[in-house]
Amino acid sequence: MNSVLKIEDLHVKVGETPILTGVNLEVKQGEIHALMGPNGSGKSTLAYALMGHPKYEITQGKIEIGGVDLAELDACERARLGLFLAFQYPVTIPGVKVADFLRLAISNIRNPERKEGENLMPMREFRTELRETMDQLNMDSEFARRYLNDGFSGGEKKRMEILQLALLKPKFAILDETDSGLDSDAVRVVSEGLAKLSGPEMGVLIITHHERLLEYNEPQFTHVMLAGKIVETGDASLARELHENGYTEVRKRHPEEAALEDKQEVVAK
Amino acid sequence: MTEQKISIASAEGFEAFLATRNEPQWVVKRRIEAFATYQDLCDQPLDPEEFRRIDLRLFRPADYSVRSGNATENAADQFATLMVDRGEFAGHVAHVDGTTIRSELNSELKEQGVVFCSLNEAITEHPELIQQYFMTKAVQTDADRFSAWHAAFWTGGAFLYVPRNVELKQPLHSLIGLAQSGAADFSHTLVVLEEGAQATLLEETSSADPKAAGLHMGAIELLVGKNARLAYVQLQNWNERVFHFAHQCGRVERDAALQWTVGALGSKFSHVHQDVMLDGRGSDAQVNGVAFATDRQKLSYYTRQAHKAPNTHSDLLYKEVVRDRARMIWRGMIEVDEIAQQTDGYQRNDSLILSHDARVDAIPGLEINADDVRCTHAATAGQVDEEQILYCMSRGVSRDEAMHVIVEGFFQQVFDRIPVELVRETLSQTVQTKLGFGNEA
Ligand SMILES: Nc1ncnc2c1ncn2[C@@H]1O[C@H](COP(=O)(O)OP(=O)(O)OP(=O)(O)O)[C@@H](O)[C@H]1O
Ligand SMILES: [Mg+2]
Repeated sequence: MNSVLKIEDLHVKVGETPILTGVNLEVKQGEIHALMGPNGSGKSTLAYALMGHPKYEITQGKIEIGGVDLAELDACERARLGLFLAFQYPVTIPGVKVADFLRLAISNIRNPERKEGENLMPMREFRTELRETMDQLNMDSEFARRYLNDGFSGGEKKRMEILQLALLKPKFAILDETDSGLDSDAVRVVSEGLAKLSGPEMGVLIITHHERLLEYNEPQFTHVMLAGKIVETGDASLARELHENGYTEVRKRHPEEAALEDKQEVVAK
Repeated sequence: MTEQKISIASAEGFEAFLATRNEPQWVVKRRIEAFATYQDLCDQPLDPEEFRRIDLRLFRPADYSVRSGNATENAADQFATLMVDRGEFAGHVAHVDGTTIRSELNSELKEQGVVFCSLNEAITEHPELIQQYFMTKAVQTDADRFSAWHAAFWTGGAFLYVPRNVELKQPLHSLIGLAQSGAADFSHTLVVLEEGAQATLLEETSSADPKAAGLHMGAIELLVGKNARLAYVQLQNWNERVFHFAHQCGRVERDAALQWTVGALGSKFSHVHQDVMLDGRGSDAQVNGVAFATDRQKLSYYTRQAHKAPNTHSDLLYKEVVRDRARMIWRGMIEVDEIAQQTDGYQRNDSLILSHDARVDAIPGLEINADDVRCTHAATAGQVDEEQILYCMSRGVSRDEAMHVIVEGFFQQVFDRIPVELVRETLSQTVQTKLGFGNEA
């Protein structure tokens, strides 16, 4: 059954500062959406708010997955419902082995009723699946024995996010600049990897400043965010246009939001 | 034999204690001297540097007594020992409420001259060794009132002696147990490794009854001879009604290595004075501490790394987690003597504070009298990072489970330094139990 991730008139503030001021977006399973916009326009804020980061407070509007309101659900419950965020800046968890962490994550996602201390996915099965998935993503199996993101390079951390995406197979995946900081081979691996993963079962929201990921994963929709709002929606050609010409034209077309951007900067200073 | 309860807080009690012991004159004489020292020291203030942050008012010696008479049959069975069932050991020594209940060693090792037995046996079987090493080289009777008290009342404990160039392949195990309410245990651990010897001793302290109050007034002496290698672990896992005091001292001779792991998990209150002395050129000591305090536990460690010879190396890492209203105090000191050039001393303490009302005081210190040395120290303290928790949660891991994963990861960095798998597993399981969840397959 096709489920929808629905964002309606979403307002989000961090501390006392309003960042998102009315975002509307619908992603269906099987669709690829690109979200673009200048630095500081609020893309990551949207991603965090969707995932349920407690620092990002929703003051108005709502988020639904398949008709289920996410308002009262914490990040863990959202994840078990099928939402996934590949973080722009993944954290390090020293002393926790990648393999142990992934086994725990998989066990919870695949058995959303699981409580702490209950059965984990059988070791042998997990190992096989982990090895195969790492092979597909050209990752050295040595990574599984390291501590989560501890001492990983920027690119390695991003690959770790993709590995988790591949293992957890969410209904909706948000990729927050997963293509930044990767060398060109890695961008290709990640892009191809995503192309393989995203089928009719997965809705994808790609936040990016680059072209490559979108070349391999052509979006049906491209959204442009400016000062906390989605101001334009187009198809793949809009993404190409923005890559070539930047945001000057967009700002001209939306002087009101562009003015807000300046104000925010002044406030920030 | 009927059981007798002997006061540890009075001169009459001490007389009665001596009367039950039936020991050779030289032992009695030393005890009497120690008791006199104890009485003197009781009138003197404790070293403020070590005891300033510690409140001893809740400790009432009159509440505890030494038991004489036989401990119950199969006393060892009452203890959920964490290590015994899992490992293969070359020998066992066990004490309950100060009485020896088990003392055995693989006969091959016996033939090689290894001694592993209760100190009570050792004073008759190997008096020359005990006279030479017992509280003469490492822990000093007059260090403070607790060491003197221990020297007067010591009730037994494990004695390990490994002759020159003998290598023990399997570890040895020692259990110090408390069973009856109000019992005082004055166990002593004495390890002597002659030149080139190698051994691993795993010791655990444990309460049979989770509710029985008790006292441990202990001492540990580890004498590591030239080129010898000792790995010693003590897992302190009393119930939360035991007061635990201990003087512990390791001395490491030329080119020898001591690896010392401390697990501080139990007790209501503990104060441990841990000295590591690098006596010989090229000696090396690694000290690992895993402490986890919950509820109203108060755990205090005073650690000293004393570099007394050139080219010595010491590396101390303590990691502690505090939760609820628990408190952990760690005071660490690296001392480098003038002669100890080219010393490399390291000291690090990391703590993780899980609750608002929990508290850690971690105070590192350096006292350096040589000019060509490298000594560093570091102490960190903080709460669990909310961003780490969110990250785990975004992967379907509940907040509680995320917390547990992060705490285990925090300790993992010490576990990684411990070469004995049995110890790593035991510590990790103890931490899990304390965190409040089982060990799933
Ligand atoms: N935790 C936070 N604390 C304070 N300010 C924040 C926080 N998160 C976001 N902001 C502010 O909100 C605005 C939007 O930030 P956000 O990270 O969402 O932008 P972005 O579109 O993802 O930018 P980039 O392309 O650089 O990643 C910025 O002005 C930022 O400083
Ligand atoms: Mg961003």
